[in-house]
Amino acid sequence: MSKKMIERDKHISVGTRPERMDAKDKVTGHALYGTDISLPGLLHGRVLRSPHAHARIVSIDTSKAEALPGVFAVVIANDLPEADDRTEKAGESTINYKFLRDNNLASDKVLYVGHAVAALAAKSPDVAQTALESIEVEYEILEPVLDVRHAMSDQTQVLHEQIRTDGPDGSGDTPSNIAQHIRHVKGDLNKGFSDADVIVEREFTTVPVHQSYLESHAATAVWSMDGTLTIYSSTQGAFLARNQVSELLQYPMAKIKVIPTEVGGAFGGKNPTYVEAPAALLARKTGRPVRVVMSREEVILGTGPGSGTAIKVKVGATKLGKITAVQAELCYEAGAYPGSPVHPGAMAMFAAYDIPNGQIDGYDVLVNKPRVAAYRAPGAPQSAFACEQIIDEVAQNLGMDGVEFRMKNAASEGTVRLDGSLHKSIAIKEILGVIEDHPHYNEPIEGPNQGRGVAIGFWDNWGARSSVEINVNSDGTVNLISGSVDLTGSRTTVAMQAADVLEIPFDNVKSSMVDTDSISYTDTSAGSRTTMATGLAAVEAARDVLAKLKVEVADMWNVSLDSVIYSQGVFGTTESNSESITFADLAAKLSGQINGHGNVNVENWAGAGGGTIVDVEVDPETGQVKVLRCTAIQNAGKAIHPGHVEGQMQGGVVQGIGWALYEGYQYDELGHVLNANLLDYKLPTSLDVPSVEAVIIEKPFPSNPYGARGVGETPIISPAPAIANAIQQALGKRIDQLPMTPTRLLEKIGVI
Amino acid sequence: MSKKQVVSSTINGQQVEFLTEPQQSLLECLRDTLGLTGSKEGCNDGNCGACSVLIDDRLVNACLMLGMEIDGKDVVTVEGLSNIHELHPIQEAFVLEDGLQCGYCTPGFIVATKALLDKNANPTEDEIRFWLAGNLCRCTGYDKIVRSVRLASQLMNDANEDLQ
Amino acid sequence: MKTFAYEAPVTIDQTITLMSQTQGQTLLLAGGTDLLVQLRASNTDVDLVIDVKNIPELNQVIYDEFLGLVIGAAAPCSQIYESSPILENFPAIIDAATIIGGKAIQNRASFGGNLCNASPSGDAIGAMMSLGAICNVVGLEGARNIPIEEFCIAPGKNVLAKGEMLISIQIPCPKPNSGSNYQRFTPRAEMDIAVAGVGASIELNSDLDRILSARIALIAVAPTPVLATEASESLIGQKPSRSTFENAANVAKETISPITDVRGSAAQRKHLIGVLTRRCLDIAVNRAGYVS
Repeated sequence: MSKKMIERDKHISVGTRPERMDAKDKVTGHALYGTDISLPGLLHGRVLRSPHAHARIVSIDTSKAEALPGVFAVVIANDLPEADDRTEKAGESTINYKFLRDNNLASDKVLYVGHAVAALAAKSPDVAQTALESIEVEYEILEPVLDVRHAMSDQTQVLHEQIRTDGPDGSGDTPSNIAQHIRHVKGDLNKGFSDADVIVEREFTTVPVHQSYLESHAATAVWSMDGTLTIYSSTQGAFLARNQVSELLQYPMAKIKVIPTEVGGAFGGKNPTYVEAPAALLARKTGRPVRVVMSREEVILGTGPGSGTAIKVKVGATKLGKITAVQAELCYEAGAYPGSPVHPGAMAMFAAYDIPNGQIDGYDVLVNKPRVAAYRAPGAPQSAFACEQIIDEVAQNLGMDGVEFRMKNAASEGTVRLDGSLHKSIAIKEILGVIEDHPHYNEPIEGPNQGRGVAIGFWDNWGARSSVEINVNSDGTVNLISGSVDLTGSRTTVAMQAADVLEIPFDNVKSSMVDTDSISYTDTSAGSRTTMATGLAAVEAARDVLAKLKVEVADMWNVSLDSVIYSQGVFGTTESNSESITFADLAAKLSGQINGHGNVNVENWAGAGGGTIVDVEVDPETGQVKVLRCTAIQNAGKAIHPGHVEGQMQGGVVQGIGWALYEGYQYDELGHVLNANLLDYKLPTSLDVPSVEAVIIEKPFPSNPYGARGVGETPIISPAPAIANAIQQALGKRIDQLPMTPTRLLEKIGVI
Repeated sequence: MSKKQVVSSTINGQQVEFLTEPQQSLLECLRDTLGLTGSKEGCNDGNCGACSVLIDDRLVNACLMLGMEIDGKDVVTVEGLSNIHELHPIQEAFVLEDGLQCGYCTPGFIVATKALLDKNANPTEDEIRFWLAGNLCRCTGYDKIVRSVRLASQLMNDANEDLQ
Repeated sequence: MKTFAYEAPVTIDQTITLMSQTQGQTLLLAGGTDLLVQLRASNTDVDLVIDVKNIPELNQVIYDEFLGLVIGAAAPCSQIYESSPILENFPAIIDAATIIGGKAIQNRASFGGNLCNASPSGDAIGAMMSLGAICNVVGLEGARNIPIEEFCIAPGKNVLAKGEMLISIQIPCPKPNSGSNYQRFTPRAEMDIAVAGVGASIELNSDLDRILSARIALIAVAPTPVLATEASESLIGQKPSRSTFENAANVAKETISPITDVRGSAAQRKHLIGVLTRRCLDIAVNRAGYVS
């Protein structure tokens, strides 16, 4: 048997690679995802969606559909109570409940093709699908607003009459598609540019991309006779989903139990709820459990993609290679309702650099496309695509190596960012050092039409609230429960930290995610927070267990509490050498009633920097780009489970490659999505990408017990600009649009 | 509404009879009628491979077949590769190499890997990537999946040597 | 999907009887890789789906020196390329059979289905057309043979009359000193659909230095796969060379007026036809035995 298996049997936790707790159920097909839930008497819900990008709903007649055999109930927006105009944070994104209500079921207007208008429950998916055709909706069609720049002009149809621009100088007077205008300013911009020897200015555009989790959104709702609403959901935040449903239904949180299922990928896109409230309404109307599962087309049309953007950027630097000033204008599509990730996009854009003078203007812009949702480092890949290309170009114009130029301007601890915050411990210089020394950066490029590109990025991550409880069993094993939805292995990484503190074998910790009735509030699994923040809650809970056990030991031996010590799984006392008891023996004496609580609200967390080196080969006749080699470098602080960190890095990079080369919504002029399937919305396959080498560096974040930082999001930021820089080297052409498709390259090359 | 019809086939080694309406896909029959939810729906049009199963030892997408079409056929789904006591070496390899994250595509990859290794016991990395191109994974970036397949090949070859 | 009735006859006669006796819409099901997707997406009304995979004649791939290669209409791609010993003179067929979909698709998708589906981007059609395939069709009125270039008449439409079915596709034995190739362009390496594709077969003289005959087929650049007749004729009597191929490629480019759609632009398609025709001819002549 391979060496690795022996390593797996070691019982030292943090920093090792134990088997994932959920792995065996997942490789055998036994794990239950949202789409797998079935209950006795289950009905199948389907959602009717708008065929128009922008239209007023004149009337909806559901009577024919309701009369069909096999149809049990139909619901529309009127079945939901009015919602508060109130905004709440959800991961790096926000949720406004009034807009969420309209996004669940449109009330007065449909704002994108695929906007939910009605939902019905029937005895089978086929009957439900066919019955949708019998719901009659009369629309008054309005002009669709699809282009972000066009949306910002005064002459455009507005999506929401009540929205005024919330700007740096107050609120606007007239209705606008610009929901928000933010501004970050530092230093003296004019002086900065006048000090520059080289100034480069460019414009970049990107189109919406979808998170494309392989499991669609799924929820199964059932009401008990006591008024409890139970929802099985593939959400990435059980409490977030509960709170959304509570708001949407105006129903007490205590009476809503969300049971998180296994989740087939989320990447930020399963923070908003779409099908939970309609399923709950249908279940209430029918008195039976109702499952609503989206099709792939519905996922692409009806759920949040990442923002499409238009970005202008200008960078000035001296001959010696010091950046003197930067200026950027970020126009981010919010989709149908406000809330694009322009804030984090602006935050991240130049965060890896020490910029003396700069200004960023960011616009949150409404267009007739689905309301965007968070997508892995939301907003940052778009602004990095612009920033890291222009940084490269400035370096080229100065005749300087791109990595050297970045090193000269790298941010470090204490750097004040353009958004005014102070960088804590970061490792941008260390990352650039690793790039400079890496064989990939130093080995020659082999063939014609090949190029090598480098880009770096920074992501702020998130902290927030997590809850963990640990119960000690009489045989010395422990059960750990947490409120975090486990997306990619956090059950395991959280348990590793508890095992480490308890100094017991990892195999003696059984870790589970539980429903919202069973533990206190925990924020959504987003913002790269779970292993770090829920891990911290596990550390707190384990410490609580040890503190309680020490009290028991002190009582048992009649010694002072201060004298009780614990090391390597054995309790002792400084008052005597003869007394000792193992964790397991003590547990046996205590009959299983010791528990520890960890409720944390992490307000002090650290961001993470990373970088990508990539080699490409371009076929100049077809415009096809092949990624030949790719190395990802990232500061994990401390890799709790290095295998999981590598997996996050490799997965994030491949999503970045998809974004760079293949993925993007295509619209016709009426706002219909032309590629709402996985043939034409092209995700990279195993044949399109190389094995990404993941280089983890560990510059600990001092405020975390293990030095851990979030790792999930940073890897997606720098691949697209790195590939663009590599293409530039191969072809001598700079590609200013994402995705960098063969069509676009042929146009740039000038053969078409 | 068409009348339900009886389909008889062997599924995961067991003789099975079930009722299906003619328009129901094999995937629907497996998941909703037979309770074999290991095969997943990712796209329902043959582009993701999450519903990969074996029909008479050949890899197919269960979403692109009618349930009616398996009458008289031998079907293997991910649930048929292991029993409660022991993982199949391919499954063991995916566990050991962290060849999964969310796990939703994993059953499809494991079934596709079985089809590959049954044909080619020692595939190269290129052969693995080529064979698995019909299965999409959004989490892993494929590297650890490729490693899992190589380890699976090694484990299966070792087991065969032990037998001999 | 909407409901329909299902039959799986075992003879051609039974199938034709079912097709002609059923009121309303009947559809033949081979691999289903296109059919089920279309039925699901359109939610159309179909009365009867007839599975033809139990009919022996439709599932064979045979080679005969008089008949040539006969591909049963329902034989899946994998069955075709696994018959490789008998296919060695038909390399374009293997080229197409191995690039359609992934392995799971190849175990179901048939050349006959690809043809009847009449997609402008049917890879199998391009390969078979370059080899001068004949479609063997049977109906109530008897049998007829249709040259493949006349089979597809519009996107999704073929020449089959009600009650007619495709039995097999017959590809004549290649002449001595001939070679063929099919290639396409897709943004992804595999699991993708052609932006443009070219199939070509070339026959050389006995000295292997002149082109005696050529057939070039183009896909995804017209409402149906098309023969590039002028480009093919431009090669006759020529010595194989890059400039000969480029010339033919330019002719091919100029004869088409492709559209812009979600998969590519008109200009891109035109350009790609040029590139692919040249590359395809280069491989085809090498397979014909040309040594440059």
